[in-house]
Amino acid sequence: MSATLEAPAIPPATPPTRLPRNYLNAAYTVRSWLLTIDHKRIAILYLLGVTVFFCIGGAAAVLFRLELMTPEADLVESETYNKLFTLHGVMMIFFFLIPAIPAVLGNFLIPIMIGARDMAFPRINLLSWYLFMIGGAFTLFVTVAGGVDTGWTFYAPYSSTYSNTYVMATAVGIFITGFSSILTGLNFIVTVHKMRAPGMTWFRLPLFIWSHYATALIMILGTPVVAMAILLVALERGFGIGIFDPKLGGDPILFQHLFWFYSHPAVYIMVLPAMGVESELIAAFTKNRIFGYKFVAFSSLAIAILSFLVWGHHLFVSGQSIYAGMIFSMLSMLIAIPSAIKVLNWTATLRKGSITFDTPLLYALGFIGLFTLGGLTGLFLAAMGIDVHVHDTYFIVAHFHYIMVGGTVMAYLGGIHFWWPKITGRMYPEGWARLSAVLVFVGFNLTFFPQFILGYNGMPRRYHVYDPGFQVLNVMSSAGASILGIAYLFPITYLIWSLKYGPIAGPNPWNAVGLEWMTSSPPPTHNFAHTPIVDFEAYEYPSSSAAIADTHGN
Amino acid sequence: MSTPAAAPPLPIHTAIDRPHFALQFDDYHQQYDACVLGMWVFLVTEVMFFGAIFTGYAVYRMLHHDAFAMASNELDITLGTINTFVLLTSSLTMALAVRAGHVGNSKRVGQLIVLTMILGATFLGIKFFEYYHKYEDHMAPAFGLPFEAPKAVNDAGLAGPFQLFLSFYFGMTGVHALHMIIGLGLLSQFLPRSSRIAPAPGAAVLSALNIEVVGLYWHFVDLVWIFLFPMLYLIDRSDTI
Ligand SMILES: [Cu+2]
Repeated sequence: MSATLEAPAIPPATPPTRLPRNYLNAAYTVRSWLLTIDHKRIAILYLLGVTVFFCIGGAAAVLFRLELMTPEADLVESETYNKLFTLHGVMMIFFFLIPAIPAVLGNFLIPIMIGARDMAFPRINLLSWYLFMIGGAFTLFVTVAGGVDTGWTFYAPYSSTYSNTYVMATAVGIFITGFSSILTGLNFIVTVHKMRAPGMTWFRLPLFIWSHYATALIMILGTPVVAMAILLVALERGFGIGIFDPKLGGDPILFQHLFWFYSHPAVYIMVLPAMGVESELIAAFTKNRIFGYKFVAFSSLAIAILSFLVWGHHLFVSGQSIYAGMIFSMLSMLIAIPSAIKVLNWTATLRKGSITFDTPLLYALGFIGLFTLGGLTGLFLAAMGIDVHVHDTYFIVAHFHYIMVGGTVMAYLGGIHFWWPKITGRMYPEGWARLSAVLVFVGFNLTFFPQFILGYNGMPRRYHVYDPGFQVLNVMSSAGASILGIAYLFPITYLIWSLKYGPIAGPNPWNAVGLEWMTSSPPPTHNFAHTPIVDFEAYEYPSSSAAIADTHGN
Repeated sequence: MSTPAAAPPLPIHTAIDRPHFALQFDDYHQQYDACVLGMWVFLVTEVMFFGAIFTGYAVYRMLHHDAFAMASNELDITLGTINTFVLLTSSLTMALAVRAGHVGNSKRVGQLIVLTMILGATFLGIKFFEYYHKYEDHMAPAFGLPFEAPKAVNDAGLAGPFQLFLSFYFGMTGVHALHMIIGLGLLSQFLPRSSRIAPAPGAAVLSALNIEVVGLYWHFVDLVWIFLFPMLYLIDRSDTI
């Protein structure tokens, strides 16, 4: 075991006599990066972008967790505190969690996984990165200029009329970034429909593709709605058109409906790609075909569809009718079914697998545990009785961090480690990587588990002054956050280190199956020397050929 | 969501013109299918974009029925009707242009595109004339301009919702007009060029694809108006309290 910690034994695939042409060494100029239409380079551009935004959002979290060490206001005042948690939310949700997996891993892998040379619309792909960065620049401007204090939810009429902070610039930033998301989704859908290699049927697609397809559906259906909601807030602030203004008979609740019509499905924009990564990781490190492939595939679509029918669970205490509340409550519980199908099938895949506990699998197992806890507490919140009790408390905060950080960030890190050798051609240091995976898990739980208890006991979210009785749990949470913060710095450091010093990975360091492992690492500019012809099933591991024969019968 | 439209029409010039297609595609047909599907997917997002504000309008129409009916009466139904005909006619010329593009008749394409653009510009002209009237009547609820509801509305205490209707009117038709302007920009690429410049080989076939895609967009924008017109101008028009 310890021998493999340093350098995994990789059979050299080709004698490294000369450096083969790949997408990284094809050109070195800045221009060749900024004007690239290669989906792999665009993925790298996104990787840089989301990492910067993640660090800014993380820094804001460190500051307010420090403030929350004590019940009094000593580090920052209320106004600053409000700006800090808004910055954290806006950065993490719109500029990290939503684009992270689709725009980085999805962009890099989707064309390769389906055997295409590129996305259907490479120029639109590059355009969407620019829109993302322009939107990010607006938000950065807001951060530097003085911040915004509405919370990431921008509830009207506070955001549309009363807040004196940079709501307008933030709204413009998010609006522009929304179009980046729409264009990414559009590209994914057309690419998966029209660009598959010969023989790559829908049921031969890796589950990563299925979940990204479902994600893309949500992106194109949901994002325009929040774009309109934000546009209306901006029109109201900028031009005085008073659609959410109660003085004219406007209804601020309409904003909440439009906002959550997107922002609940947005949770699945964050989680569905994570689920796709999860399927790939589990299959590769158990050397098994994913149990119940078709169930996992269709559960992604079921989640995408159901996700549009549950937004009302955010309005249980906003004056929505009790009957609407009951229906939204029931539908919210229904969505647990496809999620559970996935978790159960991954667990079943682990059974009888030849499991190797490499870093990506550690993250994948962490995902299963944390996502399950987040999902189950989601069921509590879907029940109106409990939701009214814990609404706007730390229970909610803990719940969605278990989903978004415990789910999405764990899968993102797992995926980055898994495909790092493919992206860069180098292995990362396994020992350090395992250590930081464990640290992330421990730090995460120490940060957020106490928040369940805090919330259940009634500590409201978004306050920086609290009852001294809550201090012990808050200190635990802040301690966990410091561990988590440091644990995130590890991968950033050793992954950069590995670019120069990591061992050469070879085309398939994990002995995994899938088209991305059949081309060189890093892949050539057009991904394959010849368009591949697919005559094998997804996850066709030797040990699972019997299982494949079974599913063929169905 | 599956393949939009039927089999892609085979441009009759294929054999002669040898159409170019982008590197990531295997052949011209794959590119054609991908581009047309891409536009359909984009139009789906547009439906959701307009859908959000339509929903808001529908909700408020129920909440403030009387005020909205009175405000609806303030719109100029004659100009609205003329505009509807203008826009529908532009859809016809657009459809003919798409057809001409498919059969490779580029001269015809140029003529029909000019016609379509004239009709589109006429629509916008009439629309801005309507806006100007509202501005003159002090019924433009933006930029802090003076706003005066009619006396009957004020007496009924409905000035607030009355203003809301006009906010929706300007918001919805404004976003629609913006789409029209973008559409005119897209159409301008097909304007007839100087005949001395020989078209590149395959240009006719490529422009058949471009014109199909832009045509889809143009029809969609027309379709939005087909919903806007009755919702804003026609419903409950005769109602007076
Ligand atoms: Cu929700």
